[in-house]
Amino acid sequence: MCGIVGLFLKNSALESSLGKHLSAMLSALSDRGPDSAGFAIYRNPAPRGSIKVTLFHPDPDFGWDRLMREMSEEIGTKVRGEARGSHLLLTAAMPVETARHWLAHHRPEVRIMGVGDCIELYKEKGNPKEVVRRFGLEELAGSHALGHTRMATESAVTTQHSHPFSTGLDLCLVHNGSLSNHNRMRRWLSRHGIEFQTDNDTEVAAGYFTHLLGEGATLKEALKSGISDLDGFYTFAIGTKDGFAVVRDPIACKPAVLAETDDWVAMASEYRAIAHLPGADQSRIWEPSPATVYSWQKH
Amino acid sequence: MIEVDVESLGVRALNERLHRLPRDTNERLWKITNPKGAHALAAGLDRPLSIEIEGHVGYYCGGMNKQAEITINGHAGPGLAENIMSGVVRVKGNASQSAAASGRGGLVVIGGDASSRCGISMKGVDIVVGGSVGHMSAFMAQAGHLVVCGNAGAHLGDSIYEAVIYVGGEVESLGSDCIEKPMTDEHRSKLEQLLASAGLRVQAARFRRFGSARQLYNFKVDHAAQY
Repeated sequence: MCGIVGLFLKNSALESSLGKHLSAMLSALSDRGPDSAGFAIYRNPAPRGSIKVTLFHPDPDFGWDRLMREMSEEIGTKVRGEARGSHLLLTAAMPVETARHWLAHHRPEVRIMGVGDCIELYKEKGNPKEVVRRFGLEELAGSHALGHTRMATESAVTTQHSHPFSTGLDLCLVHNGSLSNHNRMRRWLSRHGIEFQTDNDTEVAAGYFTHLLGEGATLKEALKSGISDLDGFYTFAIGTKDGFAVVRDPIACKPAVLAETDDWVAMASEYRAIAHLPGADQSRIWEPSPATVYSWQKH
Repeated sequence: MIEVDVESLGVRALNERLHRLPRDTNERLWKITNPKGAHALAAGLDRPLSIEIEGHVGYYCGGMNKQAEITINGHAGPGLAENIMSGVVRVKGNASQSAAASGRGGLVVIGGDASSRCGISMKGVDIVVGGSVGHMSAFMAQAGHLVVCGNAGAHLGDSIYEAVIYVGGEVESLGSDCIEKPMTDEHRSKLEQLLASAGLRVQAARFRRFGSARQLYNFKVDHAAQY
């Protein structure tokens, strides 16, 4: 089962209500995925030379202030943080690798959920309605966002196994379905320098696209290659810093609906999740064709 | 006409109300508003009701229908009129995958396109699609008719038994044991009758007929009348 949603705004006047709309979309698909939920939202680009890192630790009393203080002192740069549920959004003027290296050595128990200029990624076990409330998604503004409600089938119900998965800068993926060649693909990607945090199949797909984009492929080219290289059932929605894409496997038994108006493009496993968006009644609605890449880019 | 806002009443309460109508009910005309993609709307009916649904519906609308005539003024999600027994289910827009799957009787009319697996395992239902159908349509179709005014996707009629397929446009590819067959006067007249009952003004002359080569299953000509 599982439910996936995506909302890409074409009209920037709607950005202040992105979180409110995505929250309603995720809540509408709660019964497709009651185990966990998560979302990635693209917003507030980091200042030049800075990065945004979303961190997770399960302990509600985890010492985020101490982490930021030590990181700031030891690296010698200003580190800002904003706690949101069990996550911390950290913004710091340092290269990505410096942040990763420091965290791996000083706080190996902290998970990095997403890294980039714009991406923020929050996910958690529990009913989607409760998860979006815990993270205060309704109040968040942004340009585009993806979300997932999970009914676990192939790996454990934990926060780390929840979607979205992000393996590259500002790239994230949500998935409805299951992959059958992910173990072999994970080994191959690991040899090519992609690091994985879990044994989850979807993380492999995210790593695969990260690898191809790193090799210079466009998002569309990477997704087209995925159609022949990734074996299994899938509807994927993919977010990048300024883009949004949807692709289904050639058998296309995992559902997907796309809707578009002059103001937005929405994707969901079911129309129920789209029905309450402004102007949904008048939107152009279609089912994405099998093995076909649909993508939108910010101008 | 009885008007019901399904968003405020809820699907279960609406369906219960429709199921509890007595056999000789006078409450035959219904309008259902605000479906907003809800599942299983007007499923399992067994009364000669006339139901109009204003908007897009989710999974299994009109499933297992008997007698009722259901019209959807919008698009339909997966499994439209699944296992329909009799009556009519019409959708003005498009239908998602597996429309009229395993239907035993009645008529399903899709004004726009139907997605993949339309009429999968159909067992006697008549399906008329104004637009095109996706891949694997009429897979293992046993009886009934599938009329496609537009094009058919890949593997049409794979492993088909005794259902009859008419296609007005192009066929991407035929599935195993599905072949083109001659269009006789008898078939043309059946097709005209199906198009007329669907309310479509389309010329029957341009259609081609497809059916089983009868190589894949144990077909005995002596029993042909029973199929």
